[in-house]
Amino acid sequence: MRLLKKIYLGFIYFFLYAPIIMLIMYSVNNTRYSLIWQGFSLRWYHELFVDSGLWAAFFHSVWLGLSAAFISTTLGLLTCIQLFFTRRKKRRFFYALLVLLIVIPDLVFGIASLLFFNFSGIPLGFVSLLIAHITFCLPFVIYTINSRIHTLDPNLYFSALDLGASRVRALTQILLPLLWPAIFSALLLAFTLSFDDVIISYFIAGPDYNILPLTIYSLVRAGVTPELNALCTITFLISMVLVIIANKLKRVSP
Amino acid sequence: MSASGFIGLLAGKYCCPMKTKPIAFFITFTWLSIFSFLPMLLILIASFLSKDSLNLVTFPFTLDNYSHLLSGPFANILLRSIAAAFLTTGGCLLLAYPFSYLLIKSKHQSLLLILIIIPFWTSSLVRTYALLSILKFKGIANALLLKLHFIETPLNLLYSNTAVIVGLIYTLFPFMVLPIFSNMEQFDFKLLEAGQDLGANRLDSFFRIFLPNTAPGITTGCLLVFLPAMTLFYIPNILGGARSILLGNLIQNQFLVFENWPQGAATSVVLTLSIVLLLSFYRRPPKEFVN
Repeated sequence: MRLLKKIYLGFIYFFLYAPIIMLIMYSVNNTRYSLIWQGFSLRWYHELFVDSGLWAAFFHSVWLGLSAAFISTTLGLLTCIQLFFTRRKKRRFFYALLVLLIVIPDLVFGIASLLFFNFSGIPLGFVSLLIAHITFCLPFVIYTINSRIHTLDPNLYFSALDLGASRVRALTQILLPLLWPAIFSALLLAFTLSFDDVIISYFIAGPDYNILPLTIYSLVRAGVTPELNALCTITFLISMVLVIIANKLKRVSP
Repeated sequence: MSASGFIGLLAGKYCCPMKTKPIAFFITFTWLSIFSFLPMLLILIASFLSKDSLNLVTFPFTLDNYSHLLSGPFANILLRSIAAAFLTTGGCLLLAYPFSYLLIKSKHQSLLLILIIIPFWTSSLVRTYALLSILKFKGIANALLLKLHFIETPLNLLYSNTAVIVGLIYTLFPFMVLPIFSNMEQFDFKLLEAGQDLGANRLDSFFRIFLPNTAPGITTGCLLVFLPAMTLFYIPNILGGARSILLGNLIQNQFLVFENWPQGAATSVVLTLSIVLLLSFYRRPPKEFVN
């Protein structure tokens, strides 16, 4: 029975990770066509390195991800702090809206945004992407920070005020230190969401502003190549590191 | 000024409890209304308009887009998508439920859990590509099977409905595990002992104690798998053949290939309405899924 359990767990993890491990191995395999191991080489990474179009897409994605993450986390944080002090009744409707935004498929949100930008006259490009990315990051940010803030006691804040702290001081020295791990975690997750999004960006990127996931998508449709293996490996590793850090932070209690 | 000081100042000034108006909340609320609910409303309106090659949509109001959906290939594709989504959800559930239980009981839980959280957040496009690269005609899966003499000629593993289902299960599996896991984590295993003391056998314990108590996790998981399964258009595009078009691909094509926006909008409205219908069976907000 114990063996059976191990085999089952092993099978699941094999199913999940074998493709990714093979992907990483082929990205450092020194051959274009053969499946057989021909020695370690960073040649495919070098080819990516000299591709200027790819660099442009990469920087666009990073810039977009950072902007979306910072704006949505700041807005989300301030909203969470406020919600923390408002009465339960008021929150209900707001949460219902957030849940709706989470469960609506990316595809529907993508085309809805396409329609919206088309009619409002906002040109497709960086601005439209940024607006949409902030919008779909917000619910995740609010949930991440909320799940931490709800473990706190509001009286911590009020006792600081009673002891003569100003409101700013009570926030910076009492609430924020307790929230930092959740804030960083939200920031990283928002960046990852934005950095990896394909479906929504697909509709609203416009012809001139190329971002990394869309470049990958168009390359994937053309077929499997070693350069693409390398590119996918890099993207996967970046997201993986961010997710691991975010997850570690979530568990930290100061 | 330090970052913490800056945010504190902002927060103190604009969202201080009780005293002033909740500006940050107001901004977020307005933002979401303008950039997510207004667009949804636009879809609804567009779905009743006619197609125009110049301006994409035009008056007069019409119900044609919806009546077109009843005829034509749409009903067929809708049924196929629902079937595919059911198969995916069922497959994920069958794999994930026993898996989550083993995860709860495992000694290496934190490591095993982070290995599920990573694919939850990372790009499913990249993971689909990884699957593509091992399943392709000259890929490692075929090479391995040939080498082990299980098969004589390479199999065509890709470009079929099966490949699409496998791809969907592969991509969406973590979305089933995490809600079930976090729900099972809160289950009090002493209940099972209590049940046994009161004379329940193993079947009773499972069906009358464990299953009902972990049902909320199953519901959340099924929602998180079922909805994307119908709309992740790039998985059928990458792994499927010409005939494995699902609802997501249909909507994508209506918008970007045929440029028939009203028709695409009508299709999305039907999709969204069926989702709302599904959700009405389910009231609690899926808090589990942020951890």
